[in-house]
Amino acid sequence: MTTPLTPPPKKNPLKRSLTPTSPPGVRSRATLGLTAAAAEGRFMLQTCAECSTVQYPPRDACCECLSVDLPWNDISPTGTLLAESTVRTSTNLYFRERAPWRLGSVHLDAGPTIICHVHGDVAPKSRVILSNRLDRSGQGVMIALPEQRTPDMEDDPELRAMSSDPKHRRVLITDARNPNAPTLARALHDAGATMIFVGESETWLPNPQRDALSAIPGVEIMALDVTNTTSVKELAGEIGGKVDILINNARFVRPGGAMARGDVAFAQNEMDVNYFGLMRLAQAFGPGMCARTADGVNSAVAWINILSAYALVNSADYGCFSASNAAAFSLSQNLRNDFRAAGLRVMNVFVGPTEDDWHQELPPPKVLPPTLARSVVQGLRHGLEDVYCGDVAKDMIERFRAGPKILEREMTTGGQG
Amino acid sequence: MNRPRQSYEGVALVTPVSTPYQRYSIETAHWWIAKALKGSLDAAGLKPADLDGFSVASFTLFPDTAVGLTQHLGLSPRWLDHIPMGGASGVIALRKAARAVQSGDADIVACVSGDTNHIDSFRALLSSFSRFAMDASYPYGFGGPNANFALLTDRYMHEYGATREDFGRIAVAQRENALKNPNALMKKPLTLEQYISARPIADPIALFDCVMPCAGSEAFLVMTVEEAQKRGLPYATIEGAIERHNAHASDLIQLRGGWTVDIDELYEQAQCAPTDIDLLQTYDDYPVISMMQIEDLGFCPKGEAAEFVRTHDLTISGDFPHNTSGGQLSAGQAGAAGGFIGLVEAIRQVTNQAGSTQVANANRAMVSGFGMINYDRGVCSSAAILKGGAA
Repeated sequence: MTTPLTPPPKKNPLKRSLTPTSPPGVRSRATLGLTAAAAEGRFMLQTCAECSTVQYPPRDACCECLSVDLPWNDISPTGTLLAESTVRTSTNLYFRERAPWRLGSVHLDAGPTIICHVHGDVAPKSRVILSNRLDRSGQGVMIALPEQRTPDMEDDPELRAMSSDPKHRRVLITDARNPNAPTLARALHDAGATMIFVGESETWLPNPQRDALSAIPGVEIMALDVTNTTSVKELAGEIGGKVDILINNARFVRPGGAMARGDVAFAQNEMDVNYFGLMRLAQAFGPGMCARTADGVNSAVAWINILSAYALVNSADYGCFSASNAAAFSLSQNLRNDFRAAGLRVMNVFVGPTEDDWHQELPPPKVLPPTLARSVVQGLRHGLEDVYCGDVAKDMIERFRAGPKILEREMTTGGQG
Repeated sequence: MNRPRQSYEGVALVTPVSTPYQRYSIETAHWWIAKALKGSLDAAGLKPADLDGFSVASFTLFPDTAVGLTQHLGLSPRWLDHIPMGGASGVIALRKAARAVQSGDADIVACVSGDTNHIDSFRALLSSFSRFAMDASYPYGFGGPNANFALLTDRYMHEYGATREDFGRIAVAQRENALKNPNALMKKPLTLEQYISARPIADPIALFDCVMPCAGSEAFLVMTVEEAQKRGLPYATIEGAIERHNAHASDLIQLRGGWTVDIDELYEQAQCAPTDIDLLQTYDDYPVISMMQIEDLGFCPKGEAAEFVRTHDLTISGDFPHNTSGGQLSAGQAGAAGGFIGLVEAIRQVTNQAGSTQVANANRAMVSGFGMINYDRGVCSSAAILKGGAA
């Protein structure tokens, strides 16, 4: 039985915070396929295109027939725990600090034997379900979970190390004026977040959502304007040491591409909020969060960007807005590099058109705040990097993978296609 | 069908040398290899220039290989080999060197293995051991070989009912042997109680299941029987030798090694049976692997090694002398020299040069090697039967 996590004690400022360490993060190129699958929560393995052998560890040729055509396919994650061990001493600092650490050898029903982490509630030699997760080095690893859910199983120390679970953590949502803010805050509260800071720009102006936000336990509305470097720095100075999860939902959106507009005014606003806003937040909050990723139960764990799915491929009707999101997406990849040593996860939630005034002209389906909030919480619990929220975003990524150039034509024929 | 294996007739193994091991050393692998090589050449009354074949096994030579060593040590061999097979490297080096001598590609081959052990070098070695280890085993707790063998041990206990006491019998007997070997690193007696209550390392493996990484080197020379006799050197002959890699790939977890594939041919080649073997040197990085060898080499049926060690005395004076120098468990694991320790001791034994660890009437010895946990199991296995020749 998993021992439920208890709320962390108040931090003693005189005590040294643990310096973040990483599990081994070097992988061959072939094995990065596991990481790519884990980033979106899929269980995939190499499957030989010629003889259908499912193989692991990943190789550059099939160990049955020597074919080099080895696509990654979704595989049933069920198997049997053959053997286990509990490592009590390791030469690797990350595991040394976290010992004892349970691991095992699982015979996957699909064929191969897989050395994996083992959840504390898995009975010896029992049936298991493997979950492919990103560890704190940012690489895909597998953990064996019990076949049936167990109480508080998310609190297992190994599983928690491979998630960004909001339970007992403190969150900053950057934009209280975004219509999704109250639903997001409520969902995080329900998921166990203890404090939810919500940034509000131009606090002297009315915000119709303030009452709904204030009604949620743990919510504190703070002054924050992501277009103002001083404002971002001031808030980081005030609460930067207790932000464990940052959700950047600030967004400036107007329809139109370059030729639909007479100047760059809106585009500058889009870049200022959607791109530079992210950069200001990263520069102000990033270092503090990176220093606290090993800080116990409420360690800093994830940075979430709510991006438009149009970051992947330009949408003609929202051409300039798409460009600002593409810039933010690209910057998020750069942040992943900068946050990797600390193990701070950058999760991008790609969202299709949202149900709001600025997307009024688009036909459904559109993403409602509860759908977005669910995607965010699930993504955190599974420790994902890439989340596609809503039918449009899911459709887009599928088309993107099938052929980015074809999708570009589909997206930029101005609705005539 | 395989063609019949050619015999190793006419090949002699001489001048076995073990350089006394050290827990940590400030010297390099080059230094350790040179020391063992010189010891072996001196014992044979040879100079480096007399050597025309050279075989090396080492993990810590980087960035050098056997090639760099020739210039470093001033050798000019006409036959050169580098054996990256860890615990299986001794017997495999012997096989290749013997064929070189038989065919006339070389007259005198030195087979040397050695490694240094600096503070932190074991960790560095682990981190870059193999691609599969990097990709698929070390990210899981980074227990190194301890964790891998813990998994095999757990399954072995589950399948065959072996207990910690059974593994302990192997460790305790080897410690008793080691106390007679002045070069063994472990100097204190070990009781079964101490073994059982030792600090857990990676369950079910505890402290005395693990070898101690150290610095050291081992060497012997391979030449013709004629040459050995001419020089008046006590020599051993090779009655048979096998190697096998990545056997039983479809076994879900390793409970047997590659020996099972070739063992019948080994006994056939050596014209003998397990009962004719006077002493056994297994590769003992963990007791479970020694048990696996006792089974796979034909000393008892599969799964019955636990019963075998309960009913046999594995010490030097016992009815089944095993790892007579103390093995790696009690003498230390000097990197790739761990793949030579049993072989070099076996040559000493059958040539009656083992001194304080000498088994009475040791005529025929079996040596086996096991190496390279690439991902979830040891990939290389090897074994040889040696016999004392008339000096």
